[in-house]
Amino acid sequence: MVREFAAVPAVVDEIPEAAPAEAHVVFDGVGKTYAGGVRALNGVSFGIRRGGVFGIIGRSGAGKSTLLRAINMLERPTEGRVLVDGVDVARLSEADLMRLRRRIGMIFQHFNLLAAKTVRENIGLPLKVAGVPAAEVRRRVEALLDLVGLSDKADVYPAKLSGGQKQRVGIARALVHDPEILLCDEATSALDPESTASILALLRDINAKLGLTVVLITHDMAVIRAICDEVLVLDGGDIVEQGPVWKVFGDPKGNATRALLSPLRHGLPADLAARLQPEPPPHGGHAVLALRFTGESHPDGVSLANLLALAPDAKLLHGGVDRIQGHAQGDLIVSVPVAAMRSAVGARFSPDSLKVLGYVAHDV
Amino acid sequence: MSPTMFDRYLRAFSETLTMVSISVAISIFIGLVLAVTLVATAPGGLYPRPRFNKAVSVVVNVFRAIPFIILLVALLPFTRLIVGTTLGTWAAIVPLSIHLIAFYTRIAQVSLNEVDHGLIEAAHAMGFRRWHIVRHVMLPEALPGIVGGMTVCVIAMINSSAMAGAVGAGGLGDLAIRYGYERYETEVLFQIIVILVALVTTVQFGGEWLSRRVDHRR
Ligand SMILES: Nc1ncnc2c1ncn2[C@@H]1O[C@H](COP(=O)(O)OP(=O)(O)OP(=O)(O)O)[C@@H](O)[C@H]1O
Ligand SMILES: [Mg+2]
Repeated sequence: MVREFAAVPAVVDEIPEAAPAEAHVVFDGVGKTYAGGVRALNGVSFGIRRGGVFGIIGRSGAGKSTLLRAINMLERPTEGRVLVDGVDVARLSEADLMRLRRRIGMIFQHFNLLAAKTVRENIGLPLKVAGVPAAEVRRRVEALLDLVGLSDKADVYPAKLSGGQKQRVGIARALVHDPEILLCDEATSALDPESTASILALLRDINAKLGLTVVLITHDMAVIRAICDEVLVLDGGDIVEQGPVWKVFGDPKGNATRALLSPLRHGLPADLAARLQPEPPPHGGHAVLALRFTGESHPDGVSLANLLALAPDAKLLHGGVDRIQGHAQGDLIVSVPVAAMRSAVGARFSPDSLKVLGYVAHDV
Repeated sequence: MSPTMFDRYLRAFSETLTMVSISVAISIFIGLVLAVTLVATAPGGLYPRPRFNKAVSVVVNVFRAIPFIILLVALLPFTRLIVGTTLGTWAAIVPLSIHLIAFYTRIAQVSLNEVDHGLIEAAHAMGFRRWHIVRHVMLPEALPGIVGGMTVCVIAMINSSAMAGAVGAGGLGDLAIRYGYERYETEVLFQIIVILVALVTTVQFGGEWLSRRVDHRR
């Protein structure tokens, strides 16, 4: 049980990095320098697993959009190759690229719906221009309206829809060619929390039902936590790290990752920080400890018995535990009487999972 | 008003209507084609051809720069070539159209350029052919501006057509100059002003109504 808290960085690749055979999209040394000399990508190589939900995070300007848009050649890399199903997309003819793009749906932060067309026309247009017969277009549009729950809005113009409804139209339109890949560039950034949750549920549902590979960019770490299987962290055009979400979130290696994840972490509250002293007060007092669970060694949960064993009057001050892909992880901040700490803590916790933040004179 | 005078008004009115409607129809069609050409061949456009684009743009500017009355005279040989005469309503339609093409090209170009680039990008991402982007994205999205521009054009044309009397094209403006200015019949002048104001107001309101009809952005 003691090992529960150990942050042993055992490298167990439970979900192995996508092997070339099962990777849907492969980036091979992809670099991009924009006209004008801005270096957006520095030769990145990685694979995107088929049928998964793949998240890309990074600070503003890290190169996320450039990376995503290289998949359907909206942005042409200046070096390296992007392979979709093993095909180098930069070398496709215009006609073949058009066919490829029909196999790759895309949704956008600002929806990009045609204001001059109704919901039905917006969704059906990609089929219409591809020469699909009108009856078939109609049938397909009805099915998609049903899937995204907008059957009653078929004949209104996008200006009359809420943001969440607009994005549903965007999703329906992106799915109209039965794509194998769905690209989402900050698809929920313009939405309120409730719409965001419903759009994420829809994406998850689509991913499960239709089995398509979803690649999404977001600034909202909660989005990654909610629906992604794997996450890639970009910074300044380089890959900082990549892996299953629970691993990257539970034990971020890069500074950029840590900075991005800090909103999810339960850091030391300000009032507590103000009262901390570096040394134990002369008459006992309490130690304030930070416990970190990475979800690595005992993914199924944090044992309360172990917390209680800290000291009979240990107190939980702040913190939280999240279950990500079946791995319980999080931070807890507890206070323990100094006397109890000396005897119990050292024996029970490894130095990696436990940090003494400081001491307070009185009970907190 | 004597019957003959009434006939003169009627005739002038129909001449103005003919000149305006035909030259507006011609120039809106050609102007739209030129505007699409300019937008599509611009650097970063759908079919980038920077040198060709520059050349078309310069030609449009030349015609934009020449005042109508001068264009009317300068184009006389060309007019004769096209319609076989340099007198009458049809002789006025040639310079009127050319004058207006240049004007409308710029108006339509602005509307087309205002189409959100994200929409064009989305169309690319969905595998649209370039022509389909013009046909189904750029033109419909720019339609409110294109229609609004037509209103401006019709009104500008009603104005310019007053000068077409110089080539004996007739019309309301010509009537006003001949009776009101040359014969000091201020009553005629006044009546024509009323007719013109009514005409322009009708066109303006009609145009605004149509613009609203095709505008689904709100
Ligand atoms: N069309 C362009 N021309 C020149 N530079 C560009 C262009 N698009 C992006 N850049 C630059 O490339 C870098 C990466 O841009 P990118 O849009 O990929 O970042 P991002 O990670 O998506 O950022 P954000 O989170 O703000 O959307 C930035 O420095 C940006 O200024
Ligand atoms: Mg971006």
